[in-house]
Amino acid sequence: MNRHFVGDTAVLLGRSLRHIARSPDTIITTVITPIAMLLLFVYVLGGAIQAGTGSYVNYLLPGILIITIASGISYTAYRLFLDLQGGIFERFQSMPIARSAVLWAHVLTSMVANLISLVVVVLVALAMGFRSGTGVLGWLAVLGILVLFTLALTWLAVIPGLTASSVDGASAFAYPLIFLPFVSSAFVPTASMPGPVRAFAENQPVTSIVNSLRALFAGQPVGSGIWTALAWCVGILVLAVVFAGAAYRRRVN
Amino acid sequence: MQGLEKSFKQLRVLRGVDFDVARGSIFALLGSNGAGKTTLVKILSTLLKADAGSAVVHGFDVAAQAADVRESISLTGQFAAVDEILSGRENLTLVARLRHLKDAGTIADDLLRRFSLTEAGGRRVATYSGGMRRRLDIAMSLVGNPPVIFLDEPTTGLDPEGRLEVWRAVKELASGGTTVLLTTQYLDEAEQLADRIAILHEGRILVNGTLDELRKLLPPAKVEYVEKQPTLEDVFLSLVGAAANGEPR
Ligand SMILES: Nc1ncnc2c1ncn2[C@@H]1O[C@H](COP(=O)(O)OP(=O)(O)O)[C@@H](O)[C@H]1O
Ligand SMILES: [Mg+2]
Repeated sequence: MNRHFVGDTAVLLGRSLRHIARSPDTIITTVITPIAMLLLFVYVLGGAIQAGTGSYVNYLLPGILIITIASGISYTAYRLFLDLQGGIFERFQSMPIARSAVLWAHVLTSMVANLISLVVVVLVALAMGFRSGTGVLGWLAVLGILVLFTLALTWLAVIPGLTASSVDGASAFAYPLIFLPFVSSAFVPTASMPGPVRAFAENQPVTSIVNSLRALFAGQPVGSGIWTALAWCVGILVLAVVFAGAAYRRRVN
Repeated sequence: MQGLEKSFKQLRVLRGVDFDVARGSIFALLGSNGAGKTTLVKILSTLLKADAGSAVVHGFDVAAQAADVRESISLTGQFAAVDEILSGRENLTLVARLRHLKDAGTIADDLLRRFSLTEAGGRRVATYSGGMRRRLDIAMSLVGNPPVIFLDEPTTGLDPEGRLEVWRAVKELASGGTTVLLTTQYLDEAEQLADRIAILHEGRILVNGTLDELRKLLPPAKVEYVEKQPTLEDVFLSLVGAAANGEPR
Protein backbone atom coordinates (compact mmCIF):
# COMPACT_ATOMS: atom_id res chain seq x y z
CA MET A 1 0.00 0.00 0.00
CA ASN A 2 1.14 3.52 -0.78
CA ARG A 3 2.67 5.18 2.28
CA HIS A 4 0.48 8.25 1.78
CA PHE A 5 -2.78 6.30 1.68
CA VAL A 6 -4.00 7.23 5.16
CA GLY A 7 -2.94 10.88 4.99
CA ASP A 8 -4.36 11.40 1.48
CA THR A 9 -7.63 9.72 2.40
CA ALA A 10 -7.92 11.95 5.47
CA VAL A 11 -7.33 15.11 3.41
CA LEU A 12 -9.89 14.10 0.79
CA LEU A 13 -12.37 13.00 3.46
CA GLY A 14 -12.04 16.46 5.00
CA ARG A 15 -12.88 17.96 1.62
CA SER A 16 -16.05 15.88 1.14
CA LEU A 17 -17.20 16.44 4.70
CA ARG A 18 -16.90 20.16 4.06
CA HIS A 19 -19.20 19.69 1.07
CA ILE A 20 -21.77 18.09 3.35
CA ALA A 21 -21.37 20.73 6.04
CA ARG A 22 -21.94 23.43 3.39
CA SER A 23 -24.96 21.78 1.83
CA PRO A 24 -26.77 20.21 4.79
CA ASP A 25 -29.76 19.87 2.46
CA THR A 26 -28.23 16.54 1.39
CA ILE A 27 -28.83 15.28 4.93
CA ILE A 28 -32.27 16.89 5.09
CA THR A 29 -33.46 15.38 1.80
CA THR A 30 -32.09 12.02 2.91
CA VAL A 31 -34.06 11.97 6.16
CA ILE A 32 -37.24 13.68 5.01
CA THR A 33 -38.71 10.67 3.20
CA PRO A 34 -38.03 8.18 6.02
CA ILE A 35 -39.44 10.61 8.59
CA ALA A 36 -42.53 11.25 6.45
CA MET A 37 -43.05 7.47 6.17
CA LEU A 38 -42.61 7.08 9.90
CA LEU A 39 -45.31 9.71 10.52
CA LEU A 40 -47.61 8.34 7.83
CA PHE A 41 -47.40 4.73 8.92
CA VAL A 42 -47.52 5.35 12.65
CA TYR A 43 -50.24 8.02 12.80
CA VAL A 44 -52.32 7.31 9.67
CA LEU A 45 -52.02 3.68 8.65
CA GLY A 46 -50.58 2.12 11.79
CA GLY A 47 -53.95 1.73 13.52
CA ALA A 48 -55.10 -0.64 10.78
CA ILE A 49 -51.91 -2.72 10.64
CA GLN A 50 -51.68 -5.88 12.70
CA ALA A 51 -48.03 -6.24 13.60
CA GLY A 52 -47.70 -8.01 16.89
CA THR A 53 -48.49 -6.70 20.32
CA GLY A 54 -45.95 -3.90 20.88
CA SER A 55 -46.21 -0.33 19.66
CA TYR A 56 -46.14 0.00 15.88
CA VAL A 57 -43.30 2.56 15.89
CA ASN A 58 -41.11 -0.09 17.54
CA TYR A 59 -42.06 -2.53 14.80
CA LEU A 60 -41.50 0.02 12.04
CA LEU A 61 -38.19 1.69 12.91
CA PRO A 62 -35.78 -1.00 11.61
CA GLY A 63 -37.30 -0.86 8.11
CA ILE A 64 -37.26 2.93 8.17
CA LEU A 65 -33.54 2.85 9.02
CA ILE A 66 -32.94 0.64 5.97
CA ILE A 67 -34.84 3.12 3.79
CA THR A 68 -32.74 5.96 5.23
CA ILE A 69 -29.53 4.22 4.18
CA ALA A 70 -30.90 3.33 0.75
CA SER A 71 -31.77 6.95 0.03
CA GLY A 72 -28.58 8.31 1.60
CA ILE A 73 -26.19 6.37 -0.59
CA SER A 74 -27.54 7.89 -3.80
CA TYR A 75 -25.64 11.03 -2.79
CA THR A 76 -22.44 9.00 -2.81
CA ALA A 77 -23.00 8.14 -6.44
CA TYR A 78 -23.95 11.76 -7.08
CA ARG A 79 -20.83 13.26 -5.48
CA LEU A 80 -18.51 10.76 -7.17
CA PHE A 81 -20.12 11.43 -10.54
CA LEU A 82 -19.68 15.20 -10.14
CA ASP A 83 -15.98 14.75 -9.32
CA LEU A 84 -15.50 12.72 -12.47
CA GLN A 85 -17.45 15.09 -14.63
CA GLY A 86 -15.81 18.24 -13.26
CA GLY A 87 -12.30 17.00 -13.98
CA ILE A 88 -11.14 17.23 -10.36
CA PHE A 89 -10.96 13.42 -10.29
CA GLU A 90 -8.40 13.56 -13.12
CA ARG A 91 -6.51 16.31 -11.37
CA PHE A 92 -6.21 14.10 -8.28
CA GLN A 93 -5.22 11.10 -10.39
CA SER A 94 -2.41 13.07 -12.03
CA MET A 95 -1.01 14.05 -8.63
CA PRO A 96 1.50 12.14 -6.50
CA ILE A 97 -1.15 10.71 -4.19
CA ALA A 98 -2.31 7.22 -3.31
CA ARG A 99 -4.84 6.98 -6.14
CA SER A 100 -7.32 4.76 -4.33
CA ALA A 101 -7.63 7.43 -1.61
CA VAL A 102 -9.98 9.31 -3.94
CA LEU A 103 -12.47 6.43 -3.83
CA TRP A 104 -12.02 5.64 -0.16
CA ALA A 105 -12.65 9.26 0.81
CA HIS A 106 -16.04 9.06 -0.90
CA VAL A 107 -16.83 5.79 0.83
CA LEU A 108 -15.95 7.13 4.27
CA THR A 109 -17.90 10.32 3.59
CA SER A 110 -20.91 8.18 2.81
CA MET A 111 -20.49 6.34 6.12
CA VAL A 112 -20.38 9.61 8.07
CA ALA A 113 -23.32 11.20 6.23
CA ASN A 114 -25.47 8.09 6.64
CA LEU A 115 -24.69 7.78 10.32
CA ILE A 116 -25.76 11.39 10.85
CA SER A 117 -29.00 10.68 8.97
CA LEU A 118 -29.61 7.52 11.01
CA VAL A 119 -29.14 9.41 14.27
CA VAL A 120 -31.63 12.06 13.14
CA VAL A 121 -34.24 9.42 12.24
CA VAL A 122 -33.76 7.54 15.52
CA LEU A 123 -34.19 10.80 17.47
CA VAL A 124 -37.46 11.50 15.65
CA ALA A 125 -38.62 7.95 16.39
CA LEU A 126 -37.77 8.41 20.07
CA ALA A 127 -39.86 11.57 20.08
CA MET A 128 -42.71 9.55 18.56
CA GLY A 129 -42.59 7.01 21.35
CA PHE A 130 -40.02 4.50 20.11
CA ARG A 131 -38.53 2.65 23.06
CA SER A 132 -35.89 -0.05 23.19
CA GLY A 133 -35.23 -2.24 26.17
CA THR A 134 -31.83 -3.26 24.89
CA GLY A 135 -28.55 -2.43 26.59
CA VAL A 136 -25.26 -1.06 25.34
CA LEU A 137 -24.31 -4.35 23.67
CA GLY A 138 -27.62 -4.49 21.84
CA TRP A 139 -27.16 -0.96 20.53
CA LEU A 140 -23.60 -1.78 19.47
CA ALA A 141 -24.87 -4.81 17.57
CA VAL A 142 -27.51 -2.64 15.86
CA LEU A 143 -24.80 -0.11 14.99
CA GLY A 144 -22.59 -2.90 13.64
CA ILE A 145 -25.28 -4.22 11.30
CA LEU A 146 -26.22 -0.74 10.10
CA VAL A 147 -22.57 0.15 9.44
CA LEU A 148 -22.01 -3.07 7.52
CA PHE A 149 -25.17 -2.56 5.48
CA THR A 150 -24.22 1.08 4.75
CA LEU A 151 -20.74 -0.01 3.66
CA ALA A 152 -22.19 -2.65 1.32
CA LEU A 153 -24.70 -0.24 -0.25
CA THR A 154 -22.06 2.50 -0.48
CA TRP A 155 -19.82 0.30 -2.60
CA LEU A 156 -22.88 -0.56 -4.65
CA ALA A 157 -23.39 3.18 -5.17
CA VAL A 158 -19.78 3.59 -6.31
CA ILE A 159 -20.58 1.54 -9.43
CA PRO A 160 -23.14 3.96 -10.95
CA GLY A 161 -21.04 6.86 -9.64
CA LEU A 162 -18.16 5.68 -11.83
CA THR A 163 -20.14 4.50 -14.85
CA ALA A 164 -23.21 6.73 -15.21
CA SER A 165 -23.39 9.13 -18.12
CA SER A 166 -25.66 11.66 -16.43
CA VAL A 167 -26.33 13.00 -12.95
CA ASP A 168 -29.83 11.52 -12.99
CA GLY A 169 -28.50 8.13 -13.98
CA ALA A 170 -25.99 8.26 -11.15
CA SER A 171 -28.62 8.79 -8.47
CA ALA A 172 -31.65 6.98 -9.93
CA PHE A 173 -30.26 3.53 -9.19
CA ALA A 174 -31.25 3.95 -5.52
CA TYR A 175 -35.02 3.98 -6.19
CA PRO A 176 -35.46 0.20 -6.41
CA LEU A 177 -33.44 -0.14 -3.21
CA ILE A 178 -35.80 2.24 -1.44
CA PHE A 179 -38.79 0.11 -2.46
CA LEU A 180 -37.29 -3.22 -1.45
CA PRO A 181 -38.34 -2.75 2.21
CA PHE A 182 -42.02 -2.51 1.14
CA VAL A 183 -41.93 -6.13 0.01
CA SER A 184 -40.38 -7.37 3.24
CA SER A 185 -41.25 -7.67 6.89
CA ALA A 186 -40.44 -3.97 7.35
CA PHE A 187 -44.03 -2.66 7.38
CA VAL A 188 -46.22 -5.73 7.89
CA PRO A 189 -45.43 -9.32 8.88
CA THR A 190 -44.76 -11.48 5.83
CA ALA A 191 -47.35 -14.02 6.98
CA SER A 192 -50.10 -11.71 5.74
CA MET A 193 -48.78 -11.75 2.14
CA PRO A 194 -49.99 -14.02 -0.70
CA GLY A 195 -47.77 -17.02 -1.61
CA PRO A 196 -45.27 -15.87 -4.27
CA VAL A 197 -44.94 -12.37 -2.75
CA ARG A 198 -44.39 -13.93 0.62
CA ALA A 199 -41.73 -16.25 -0.77
CA PHE A 200 -39.90 -13.28 -2.28
CA ALA A 201 -40.27 -11.19 0.88
CA GLU A 202 -38.93 -13.89 3.15
CA ASN A 203 -35.90 -14.57 0.99
CA GLN A 204 -34.69 -11.07 0.19
CA PRO A 205 -32.02 -9.34 2.27
CA VAL A 206 -34.19 -6.66 3.88
CA THR A 207 -36.37 -9.12 5.82
CA SER A 208 -33.52 -10.88 7.59
CA ILE A 209 -31.79 -7.59 8.38
CA VAL A 210 -35.00 -5.95 9.63
CA ASN A 211 -35.92 -8.98 11.75
CA SER A 212 -32.47 -9.04 13.34
CA LEU A 213 -32.59 -5.32 14.13
CA ARG A 214 -36.09 -5.69 15.58
CA ALA A 215 -35.01 -8.58 17.82
CA LEU A 216 -31.96 -6.63 18.99
CA PHE A 217 -34.03 -3.53 19.79
CA ALA A 218 -36.51 -5.68 21.73
CA GLY A 219 -33.72 -7.41 23.63
CA GLN A 220 -34.85 -10.78 22.27
CA PRO A 221 -32.59 -13.56 20.95
CA VAL A 222 -31.76 -12.95 17.29
CA GLY A 223 -31.64 -16.64 16.37
CA SER A 224 -30.05 -17.91 13.18
CA GLY A 225 -31.62 -15.04 11.20
CA ILE A 226 -28.68 -12.82 12.10
CA TRP A 227 -26.34 -15.07 10.12
CA THR A 228 -28.58 -14.77 7.09
CA ALA A 229 -28.55 -10.98 7.55
CA LEU A 230 -24.77 -10.83 7.90
CA ALA A 231 -24.28 -13.16 4.94
CA TRP A 232 -26.41 -10.88 2.77
CA CYS A 233 -24.45 -7.79 3.86
CA VAL A 234 -21.06 -9.40 3.31
CA GLY A 235 -22.19 -10.96 0.01
CA ILE A 236 -23.44 -7.63 -1.35
CA LEU A 237 -20.28 -5.93 -0.10
CA VAL A 238 -17.91 -8.37 -1.77
CA LEU A 239 -19.76 -8.32 -5.09
CA ALA A 240 -20.05 -4.53 -5.06
CA VAL A 241 -16.33 -4.08 -4.29
CA VAL A 242 -15.39 -6.43 -7.13
CA PHE A 243 -17.58 -4.63 -9.68
CA ALA A 244 -16.67 -1.17 -8.39
CA GLY A 245 -12.98 -2.13 -8.64
CA ALA A 246 -13.46 -3.23 -12.23
CA ALA A 247 -15.31 -0.01 -13.10
CA TYR A 248 -12.58 2.00 -11.41
CA ARG A 249 -9.77 0.29 -13.30
CA ARG A 250 -11.54 0.88 -16.57
CA ARG A 251 -11.89 4.52 -15.63
CA VAL A 252 -8.27 5.23 -14.69
CA ASN A 253 -6.63 3.49 -17.65
CA MET B 1 8.44 10.96 -26.85
CA GLN B 2 8.70 8.49 -29.63
CA GLY B 3 6.20 6.81 -31.88
CA LEU B 4 3.27 7.38 -29.56
CA GLU B 5 0.06 5.72 -30.75
CA LYS B 6 -3.41 5.62 -29.29
CA SER B 7 -6.73 4.41 -30.65
CA PHE B 8 -10.22 4.46 -29.21
CA LYS B 9 -11.87 1.40 -30.73
CA GLN B 10 -11.63 2.00 -34.52
CA LEU B 11 -10.58 5.60 -34.22
CA ARG B 12 -6.81 6.03 -34.62
CA VAL B 13 -6.26 9.28 -32.79
CA LEU B 14 -2.46 9.27 -32.48
CA ARG B 15 -0.53 7.48 -35.22
CA GLY B 16 3.08 7.85 -34.19
CA VAL B 17 3.82 11.14 -32.47
CA ASP B 18 7.45 12.17 -31.86
CA PHE B 19 8.80 15.35 -30.37
CA ASP B 20 11.07 16.67 -27.65
CA VAL B 21 10.56 19.62 -25.35
CA ALA B 22 13.62 21.44 -24.06
CA ARG B 23 13.83 21.95 -20.33
CA GLY B 24 12.58 25.36 -19.22
CA SER B 25 10.93 26.20 -22.53
CA ILE B 26 7.34 26.72 -23.61
CA PHE B 27 6.24 24.25 -26.25
CA ALA B 28 2.93 24.79 -28.00
CA LEU B 29 1.04 21.92 -29.54
CA LEU B 30 -1.26 23.37 -32.11
CA GLY B 31 -4.19 21.41 -33.48
CA SER B 32 -7.81 21.79 -34.40
CA ASN B 33 -10.65 20.38 -32.36
CA GLY B 34 -10.42 16.58 -32.16
CA ALA B 35 -6.80 16.46 -33.33
CA GLY B 36 -5.81 14.45 -30.26
CA LYS B 37 -4.19 17.12 -28.11
CA THR B 38 -6.05 16.14 -24.96
CA THR B 39 -5.36 12.47 -25.59
CA LEU B 40 -1.65 13.20 -25.85
CA VAL B 41 -1.64 15.30 -22.68
CA LYS B 42 -3.49 12.55 -20.83
CA ILE B 43 -0.90 9.99 -21.86
CA LEU B 44 1.91 12.27 -20.71
CA SER B 45 0.21 12.88 -17.37
CA THR B 46 -0.35 9.12 -16.81
CA LEU B 47 -4.15 9.29 -17.09
CA LEU B 48 -4.20 7.16 -20.25
CA LYS B 49 -1.95 4.39 -21.47
CA ALA B 50 -0.53 4.57 -24.97
CA ASP B 51 -1.05 1.58 -27.28
CA ALA B 52 2.48 1.85 -28.64
CA GLY B 53 5.53 4.02 -28.39
CA SER B 54 7.16 5.52 -25.36
CA ALA B 55 7.32 8.84 -23.60
CA VAL B 56 9.71 10.16 -21.00
CA VAL B 57 8.80 13.08 -18.76
CA HIS B 58 11.49 14.68 -16.60
CA GLY B 59 13.59 11.56 -17.09
CA PHE B 60 10.83 9.12 -16.11
CA ASP B 61 8.99 6.70 -18.38
CA VAL B 62 5.24 7.41 -18.28
CA ALA B 63 4.32 3.73 -18.37
CA ALA B 64 6.97 2.18 -16.12
CA GLN B 65 7.56 5.03 -13.66
CA ALA B 66 4.12 6.62 -13.48
CA ALA B 67 4.45 7.55 -9.81
CA ASP B 68 7.72 9.44 -10.45
CA VAL B 69 6.15 11.20 -13.39
CA ARG B 70 3.27 12.32 -11.18
CA GLU B 71 5.78 13.74 -8.69
CA SER B 72 7.27 15.88 -11.46
CA ILE B 73 4.22 17.22 -13.26
CA SER B 74 1.09 19.19 -12.91
CA LEU B 75 -1.89 19.00 -15.19
CA THR B 76 -4.26 21.81 -15.96
CA GLY B 77 -6.93 20.06 -17.94
CA GLN B 78 -9.08 21.44 -20.70
CA PHE B 79 -11.87 22.31 -18.28
CA ALA B 80 -11.06 24.07 -15.01
CA ALA B 81 -10.79 21.33 -12.40
CA VAL B 82 -11.61 23.29 -9.29
CA ASP B 83 -13.83 22.47 -6.36
CA GLU B 84 -16.83 24.78 -6.64
CA ILE B 85 -17.99 24.35 -3.07
CA LEU B 86 -14.65 25.18 -1.49
CA SER B 87 -13.13 28.66 -1.48
CA GLY B 88 -10.18 29.52 -3.71
CA ARG B 89 -7.85 29.35 -0.73
CA GLU B 90 -9.22 25.97 0.34
CA ASN B 91 -8.68 24.61 -3.17
CA LEU B 92 -5.03 25.63 -2.99
CA THR B 93 -4.44 24.24 0.50
CA LEU B 94 -6.14 21.00 -0.58
CA VAL B 95 -3.66 20.56 -3.40
CA ALA B 96 -0.74 21.53 -1.16
CA ARG B 97 -1.74 18.90 1.40
CA LEU B 98 -2.14 16.27 -1.29
CA ARG B 99 1.35 17.12 -2.47
CA HIS B 100 2.45 16.52 1.13
CA LEU B 101 3.87 20.02 1.55
CA LYS B 102 4.36 21.85 4.80
CA ASP B 103 2.86 25.30 5.30
CA ALA B 104 -0.09 24.73 2.97
CA GLY B 105 -1.62 27.99 4.16
CA THR B 106 1.44 30.08 3.31
CA ILE B 107 1.72 28.49 -0.13
CA ALA B 108 -1.96 29.20 -0.77
CA ASP B 109 -1.74 32.85 0.28
CA ASP B 110 1.34 33.33 -1.84
CA LEU B 111 -0.31 31.93 -4.96
CA LEU B 112 -3.51 33.90 -4.35
CA ARG B 113 -1.38 37.03 -4.35
CA ARG B 114 0.51 36.07 -7.52
CA PHE B 115 -2.74 35.46 -9.37
CA SER B 116 -4.56 38.53 -8.03
CA LEU B 117 -7.06 36.37 -6.18
CA THR B 118 -6.32 37.47 -2.61
CA GLU B 119 -9.57 39.35 -2.29
CA ALA B 120 -11.64 36.49 -3.70
CA GLY B 121 -9.65 33.83 -1.86
CA GLY B 122 -12.19 33.38 0.92
CA ARG B 123 -15.19 33.14 -1.42
CA ARG B 124 -16.61 29.93 -2.82
CA VAL B 125 -15.34 29.21 -6.29
CA ALA B 126 -18.94 28.89 -7.51
CA THR B 127 -19.06 32.72 -7.39
CA TYR B 128 -15.94 33.18 -9.58
CA SER B 129 -15.87 34.35 -13.20
CA GLY B 130 -14.44 32.10 -15.92
CA GLY B 131 -11.13 33.95 -15.92
CA MET B 132 -10.79 33.76 -12.15
CA ARG B 133 -11.52 30.03 -12.20
CA ARG B 134 -8.91 29.46 -14.84
CA ARG B 135 -6.34 31.47 -12.90
CA LEU B 136 -7.12 29.49 -9.77
CA ASP B 137 -6.87 26.30 -11.81
CA ILE B 138 -3.40 27.28 -13.04
CA ALA B 139 -2.40 28.44 -9.55
CA MET B 140 -3.37 24.97 -8.27
CA SER B 141 -0.99 23.49 -10.81
CA LEU B 142 1.87 25.58 -9.49
CA VAL B 143 1.59 24.35 -5.92
CA GLY B 144 4.87 22.69 -5.03
CA ASN B 145 6.63 24.10 -8.13
CA PRO B 146 6.60 20.96 -10.28
CA PRO B 147 9.29 21.16 -12.98
CA VAL B 148 6.90 20.24 -15.83
CA ILE B 149 3.43 21.67 -16.42
CA PHE B 150 0.82 20.61 -18.96
CA LEU B 151 -1.74 23.20 -19.93
CA ASP B 152 -4.52 21.81 -22.10
CA GLU B 153 -6.23 24.65 -23.97
CA PRO B 154 -5.85 27.06 -21.08
CA THR B 155 -7.64 29.96 -22.76
CA THR B 156 -10.48 28.26 -24.62
CA GLY B 157 -13.74 29.86 -23.55
CA LEU B 158 -12.14 32.87 -21.90
CA ASP B 159 -12.86 36.49 -22.75
CA PRO B 160 -9.91 38.58 -24.09
CA GLU B 161 -9.09 39.91 -20.64
CA GLY B 162 -9.02 36.42 -19.18
CA ARG B 163 -6.79 35.29 -22.02
CA LEU B 164 -4.25 38.00 -21.36
CA GLU B 165 -4.23 37.13 -17.68
CA VAL B 166 -3.50 33.50 -18.47
CA TRP B 167 -0.82 34.42 -20.98
CA ARG B 168 0.92 36.54 -18.37
CA ALA B 169 0.82 33.64 -15.93
CA VAL B 170 2.30 31.24 -18.48
CA LYS B 171 5.14 33.61 -19.39
CA GLU B 172 5.92 34.06 -15.72
CA LEU B 173 6.09 30.30 -15.32
CA ALA B 174 8.64 29.79 -18.03
CA SER B 175 10.76 32.66 -16.76
CA GLY B 176 10.91 30.76 -13.47
CA GLY B 177 12.45 27.76 -15.26
CA THR B 178 9.37 25.55 -15.53
CA THR B 179 8.93 23.47 -18.66
CA VAL B 180 5.50 24.15 -20.15
CA LEU B 181 3.68 22.03 -22.71
CA LEU B 182 0.69 23.94 -23.87
CA THR B 183 -2.01 22.88 -26.30
CA THR B 184 -4.10 25.35 -28.19
CA GLN B 185 -6.34 25.83 -31.18
CA TYR B 186 -5.33 29.48 -31.48
CA LEU B 187 -2.48 30.43 -33.75
CA ASP B 188 -1.89 33.76 -32.06
CA GLU B 189 -1.60 32.06 -28.70
CA ALA B 190 1.16 29.79 -29.93
CA GLU B 191 2.81 32.77 -31.57
CA GLN B 192 2.66 34.83 -28.38
CA LEU B 193 3.85 32.26 -25.91
CA ALA B 194 5.85 29.45 -27.41
CA ASP B 195 9.56 28.95 -27.93
CA ARG B 196 8.71 26.07 -30.23
CA ILE B 197 5.51 25.13 -31.98
CA ALA B 198 4.37 21.77 -33.30
CA ILE B 199 1.27 21.15 -35.35
CA LEU B 200 -0.63 17.97 -34.64
CA HIS B 201 -2.76 16.85 -37.55
CA GLU B 202 -4.35 13.50 -38.37
CA GLY B 203 -2.46 11.75 -35.63
CA ARG B 204 1.01 12.96 -36.55
CA ILE B 205 3.24 15.96 -35.99
CA LEU B 206 3.15 17.85 -39.30
CA VAL B 207 5.81 20.42 -38.48
CA ASN B 208 7.86 21.29 -35.44
CA GLY B 209 10.05 24.36 -35.05
CA THR B 210 10.42 27.90 -33.81
CA LEU B 211 8.07 30.56 -35.11
CA ASP B 212 10.76 31.82 -37.46
CA GLU B 213 11.44 28.36 -38.80
CA LEU B 214 7.74 27.84 -39.43
CA ARG B 215 7.54 31.21 -41.20
CA LYS B 216 10.34 30.15 -43.53
CA LEU B 217 8.25 27.21 -44.67
CA LEU B 218 6.12 29.68 -46.58
CA PRO B 219 7.26 31.78 -49.53
CA PRO B 220 8.87 35.04 -48.37
CA ALA B 221 6.36 37.72 -47.48
CA LYS B 222 5.71 40.46 -49.95
CA VAL B 223 6.38 43.91 -48.56
CA GLU B 224 3.23 45.99 -48.72
CA TYR B 225 2.37 49.31 -47.20
CA VAL B 226 -0.87 49.23 -45.28
CA GLU B 227 -2.43 51.78 -42.99
CA LYS B 228 -2.33 50.14 -39.54
CA GLN B 229 -5.83 49.94 -38.13
CA PRO B 230 -6.35 49.05 -34.51
CA THR B 231 -7.57 45.49 -34.25
CA LEU B 232 -10.92 44.78 -32.70
CA GLU B 233 -9.06 43.36 -29.75
CA ASP B 234 -7.20 46.65 -29.23
CA VAL B 235 -10.51 48.51 -29.31
CA PHE B 236 -12.23 46.11 -26.95
CA LEU B 237 -9.41 46.13 -24.46
CA SER B 238 -8.97 49.88 -24.42
CA LEU B 239 -12.73 50.40 -23.93
CA VAL B 240 -13.11 47.89 -21.09
CA GLY B 241 -9.84 49.09 -19.60
CA ALA B 242 -7.82 45.91 -19.43
CA ALA B 243 -4.74 47.60 -18.13
CA ALA B 244 -1.50 45.71 -18.39
CA ASN B 245 -1.08 45.73 -14.63
CA GLY B 246 -3.11 42.59 -14.11
CA GLU B 247 -5.78 43.74 -11.69
CA PRO B 248 -9.13 43.03 -13.33
CA ARG B 249 -11.90 45.55 -12.72
N1 LIG C 1 -12.39 8.20 -24.17
C1 LIG C 1 -12.60 8.30 -25.49
N2 LIG C 1 -13.30 7.35 -26.13
C2 LIG C 1 -13.50 7.42 -27.47
N3 LIG C 1 -13.07 8.41 -28.24
C3 LIG C 1 -12.37 9.41 -27.67
C4 LIG C 1 -12.11 9.40 -26.26
N4 LIG C 1 -11.39 10.52 -25.97
C5 LIG C 1 -11.23 11.19 -27.13
N5 LIG C 1 -11.81 10.53 -28.16
C6 LIG C 1 -11.78 10.95 -29.56
O1 LIG C 1 -10.45 11.14 -29.93
C7 LIG C 1 -10.31 12.26 -30.78
C8 LIG C 1 -9.29 13.21 -30.21
O2 LIG C 1 -9.82 13.80 -29.03
P1 LIG C 1 -9.02 14.84 -28.16
O3 LIG C 1 -7.72 14.26 -27.77
O4 LIG C 1 -9.92 15.25 -27.06
O5 LIG C 1 -8.80 16.03 -29.18
P2 LIG C 1 -8.44 17.56 -28.91
O6 LIG C 1 -8.08 17.70 -27.47
O7 LIG C 1 -7.31 17.84 -29.82
O8 LIG C 1 -9.65 18.36 -29.27
C9 LIG C 1 -11.70 12.85 -30.93
O9 LIG C 1 -12.23 12.41 -32.16
C10 LIG C 1 -12.44 12.29 -29.77
O10 LIG C 1 -13.80 12.14 -30.11
MG1 LIG D 1 -8.87 18.77 -26.02
